[in-house]
Amino acid sequence: MPVLPKLILRRLALGLLTLMVISVLVFAATEALPGDTASQILGKSATPERVERLQDQLGLDRPLIVQYFSWAGGLLRGDAGHSLVGIEVPVTQLLGSKVVNSAVLMLVAALMSIPVSLLLGSLSGRFRDGLFDASVSLGSLTFAALPTFVIGIALILLLATQILHVLPAVSRVQHSASIWSQMELLWLPAATLALASAPFIVRMLRGSMIEVLESDYVQMARLKGAPERIVLQRHALPNAIIPVIQVIALNLAWMAGGVVTVEYLFNYPGIGWALVDAVANRDVPVIQAIVLLVAAVYVTLNLIADILTILISPRLRTGLH
Amino acid sequence: MSANDSVSAGERRVDALDVSPDEALSETLGHDLEPSPARGKQRRRDWVQLPLDALHYRVTQAGLAISLFIVAMAVVGPYIAPYSPYEFVTAPYAKPSATAWLGGDNLGRDVVSRVLCGGRTVLSLSFIATAIGMILGVVLGLVAGYARTVINEVIMRGLDVLLAFPQIVFVLLIISVLGPQVWLLVLGVGVTLAPPIARVVYGVTVEIKERDFVMAAESLGVSHLKIAFTEILPNIVSPLMVEFGLNLTFAIGTIASLSFLGFGMQPPAADWGLMINENRVGLVIQPYSVFVPVTLIAILAIGVNLVTDGVAHAMIGIDRDTGSA
Amino acid sequence: MSGIILTVEDLDIALDPSGVEVDHEVNLELVEGEILGLVGESASGKTTAATSLLNFQRRGAKIVSGSIHIGDRDVLALGAAQLRQLRGGVISYVPQDPGSALNPALRIGLQLREVLEFHGFGDSEAERRKRLEEMMAEVLLPSTKEFLRRYPHQLSGGQQQRVALAMAFSCRPKVIVLDEPTTGLDVTTQAHVLNTIRDLVTAHRVAAVYVTHDLAVVAELAHRIAVMYAGRLVEIGPAAELFAGASHPYTRRLLHAVPVLTGRRTLEGIPGFAPRPGHRPAGCAFAPRCSYAVAKCSAEMPPEEIVGEMHRVRCWRHEEVRAQAPVLAQKDDSSLESGGEAGLITVRGVTAWYGSKECIHDIDITLRARECLALVGESGSGKTTLARCIAGLHHFRIEGDIGFQGKALPRLAGSRPRAIRHAIQYVFQNPYSALNPRKTVAQILSQPLSIFFDYTRHQREDRLAEVLDLVSLDDTLLSRYPDQLSGGERQRVAIARALAAEPTVLICDEVTSWLDVSVQASIIELLLRLQSEIGLCMLFVTHNLALIRSIAYDVAVMSEGRIVEYGPTDDVLADPQAEYTRKLLADTPTIEAALFKT
Repeated sequence: MPVLPKLILRRLALGLLTLMVISVLVFAATEALPGDTASQILGKSATPERVERLQDQLGLDRPLIVQYFSWAGGLLRGDAGHSLVGIEVPVTQLLGSKVVNSAVLMLVAALMSIPVSLLLGSLSGRFRDGLFDASVSLGSLTFAALPTFVIGIALILLLATQILHVLPAVSRVQHSASIWSQMELLWLPAATLALASAPFIVRMLRGSMIEVLESDYVQMARLKGAPERIVLQRHALPNAIIPVIQVIALNLAWMAGGVVTVEYLFNYPGIGWALVDAVANRDVPVIQAIVLLVAAVYVTLNLIADILTILISPRLRTGLH
Repeated sequence: MSANDSVSAGERRVDALDVSPDEALSETLGHDLEPSPARGKQRRRDWVQLPLDALHYRVTQAGLAISLFIVAMAVVGPYIAPYSPYEFVTAPYAKPSATAWLGGDNLGRDVVSRVLCGGRTVLSLSFIATAIGMILGVVLGLVAGYARTVINEVIMRGLDVLLAFPQIVFVLLIISVLGPQVWLLVLGVGVTLAPPIARVVYGVTVEIKERDFVMAAESLGVSHLKIAFTEILPNIVSPLMVEFGLNLTFAIGTIASLSFLGFGMQPPAADWGLMINENRVGLVIQPYSVFVPVTLIAILAIGVNLVTDGVAHAMIGIDRDTGSA
Repeated sequence: MSGIILTVEDLDIALDPSGVEVDHEVNLELVEGEILGLVGESASGKTTAATSLLNFQRRGAKIVSGSIHIGDRDVLALGAAQLRQLRGGVISYVPQDPGSALNPALRIGLQLREVLEFHGFGDSEAERRKRLEEMMAEVLLPSTKEFLRRYPHQLSGGQQQRVALAMAFSCRPKVIVLDEPTTGLDVTTQAHVLNTIRDLVTAHRVAAVYVTHDLAVVAELAHRIAVMYAGRLVEIGPAAELFAGASHPYTRRLLHAVPVLTGRRTLEGIPGFAPRPGHRPAGCAFAPRCSYAVAKCSAEMPPEEIVGEMHRVRCWRHEEVRAQAPVLAQKDDSSLESGGEAGLITVRGVTAWYGSKECIHDIDITLRARECLALVGESGSGKTTLARCIAGLHHFRIEGDIGFQGKALPRLAGSRPRAIRHAIQYVFQNPYSALNPRKTVAQILSQPLSIFFDYTRHQREDRLAEVLDLVSLDDTLLSRYPDQLSGGERQRVAIARALAAEPTVLICDEVTSWLDVSVQASIIELLLRLQSEIGLCMLFVTHNLALIRSIAYDVAVMSEGRIVEYGPTDDVLADPQAEYTRKLLADTPTIEAALFKT
């Protein structure tokens, strides 16, 4: 199938291009400013010492293009510069464990939300307009509206304070120790992320389920005398599953942004928390690194979703004329 | 980036399948039904008819009730607050008492007063941000959808890039460079709202552009600009109303979150998001100073979302008979 | 009464949950080896009646009462398991749109095989495989491994439909329900599919119901015909009898409205429009539009009366109706106007592209004043492209000369001077997308007025009323939105919009393809009247060969972007010179075919 690899390569190329453009944007936003960049960036926290350090690090006297390529080159080599705060810790070292922590958090949250949401979504689609469907809909509508940190605080109020003292309250997270030794601190932030992202999965799946179950081809299967089990497994499932892949990928991508408020709220040592901290301290290299990382995760997940969709749908796979 | 399409589609898609069985008249009888005139019904323009229709749903009524309540509180609040929001009236984290009905906040200010004064910013800022996003998104989407040239591709690819960031990260990026200023916040949030809106507008515009009445206007010699505004725009009013609601909900969340993170309104301002952040350390001792603003934000967001859902349902009714027999 | 396989008694179908009536007291029977044509226009309820034979309704409708007996079983009383056995095994369904009825995620081999599996056909895998090969051969499709491994989207429309037919016939059912299976297929493919259906039905001694709005198809195919109007079965009987001597006024009016390839030329529409469910009058639903109606008709619904062998009708005055002269046999000496003058629009050597592909080649035609030229072809023939080139709506490259009144015509409508732009007007095919749903009729019609003329407000109001009157519409429609108009009314408004510009040339692009037969007839009546009153020159684009006789003096036949035949309509139809035209003529179903049946 000559069409297939070509399609995939195109997507890959597009993804890489987007990443490049984003890196330019990030660079431009943080360094390509007119005037005394270093002082501007550091703003109020511009001590002469820090200004000099920043100028050194960023090589601000060189032409912009050169600056960009040297920065980008550094990134590709694994060198993201040094933090401007305190001792000059290399950014990669600073972020290393935090990236792992956030990844664990996102994965746990995904594990919490995805299976349940898939189930809720398909059931509401299957038994639409019933009491179950109506309640799930109302619930989705409610949770979808809430900002993530509100959900987080509600959970804290509910589970970690007077009402039910089930889980440890926020402040006990230690940033130096690794997450593996403090697993119980995962649950609340993960639950928050899960609750915040679940409604979208539920709605999407419900819609897709309904579309498939009321499609002409499913009706046709019934009219051919197919047992209901076969209708669902053989006819409905392969079609309903396509959006599921996308939904999962997009869900994970969304969480890459959602971690910012959640980690800040729960004082969780991940990249979201690090980003907020860095922005407050105008720690430019760290900011650049995190933003780029998050964007890369987004682009990659979208790419995977696209490619998987192509592989799964026969129409796209065989090149629709 | 088709997956991005599904982000917009999946997150923001109006469930066209939520039509009640009776309303599915056309689908039921298939091509068998020719909509014969509903002579009795007098229709008004979309932006009047749609809200009126939406009000028939309980969802809209409930949502409207609770969001109007919050809006009223935010608007009238400062005038009925017992104290000034900056006044120190009691001990920090004091329990509720006769002087301070909900107790004191982290610095000993009256929680009630701060709550009553703290809604305005969230409301006004989210509204403005949404308006900015809508205008930008509509213009970009219309132009991209209607133009037959390269402009179309350029705009859409550009939007794709913007869509490759989670919203809040983008705003943080901007703030990190230029500092936490309110106008920047609003502009930043507004700009990040534009791409998804533009995508929706683009999709609808492209579909409408193919319809014969657009070509009919062309054949009469009507200019492209005029066609965009007099033929196409009236047809996207309905989906736009839904988009506005969805984005307003989102904007409320984002702006509240940014204030919570400390990048929105700065102390000593009274702002719900900021209050939550300032007071959460003492959560265990004095929950009200956190609990109340959290609840109010929640109610506002939920209310707006419910109204939007009602409008979305109503829109399906209006669009049923038009051009998709 | 021999050979009756299935009977429907007193079938009532209503909307769910409102309970609004869709079909009422439908009675019919199916005979072994015979095709029953179930005919009706919009809102007739024919499709809902047909699907109930499998005890199936789409979401939004439900079967309220009645019985459907096959053998001694009542389909409507069966339990779920028995129903499953019945569907596909004893009673099969052929869908209207095979493209969406075939599962896009499954290979067609699987979709074909599974019907046999569901009904336990044959005792072994090998037997089933053999049956599959048999079926594919009967529908003229290969049964090679390569072909069976294809997905539906890799087949053409005609092939998809034949797969659907194979699926339906594979378990040797007793009854088959065909739901307009040839909609969307071009004439040649349609002819093949119809032949296949006829052969399969005869070979397997199946009783078939063929639902359609196309009387010509039914004339070619059906042994018996059932006519539905507003949810009621108004007449049912042997095809030849029905076509020769219709006993119901509606059947007669339908026959008056159907285009005929030879013989009668004048088409007559039916005034008014069909009532939608929930708005049906008491008594006979057709009474408001019926020329035979008396007071009794509006008061009481007529019962079914037997007027012949397996021939029933619901009409209080059926005897008088029956006594009238047969519609089809009527001769008609009317003729169409020939322009005779020099060309108003001349097309010389025109070639046009769609993107980078050449789609019409070297076209030469002439449109004369006061005359109608028909442009006939199947989809993809380039007829719409040519029409658009003349109208100035073609955005890609055009080479050649298009002249108007002797002068060269600028390519795009936008670049034409006002005086010329208003003279050439275009009416679109789809009345549902031709009008801006967010504008009132008054606003839609005012657009050309304000662009081309300088009227005062008073003058404009007068002109609006005039223009509506030209198309026989009431000026109360001015404040309505398009979704408050019927399809026929919308098309009239679209024509009115064109007329408001005071054109000399009117280009009609398949303007009746989306309309019911009777509505189509009234639009044709309208166009003819306009032509003689205003002296319009018309270019009438259509795929319907029979229709052109009623409206066009000259015809140009197009195929694959070229004109293969060009001349006076009567000559071309009587004695076609081009091979393509001959084939087209042979493949086009004609209603006269019913007259030659036994």
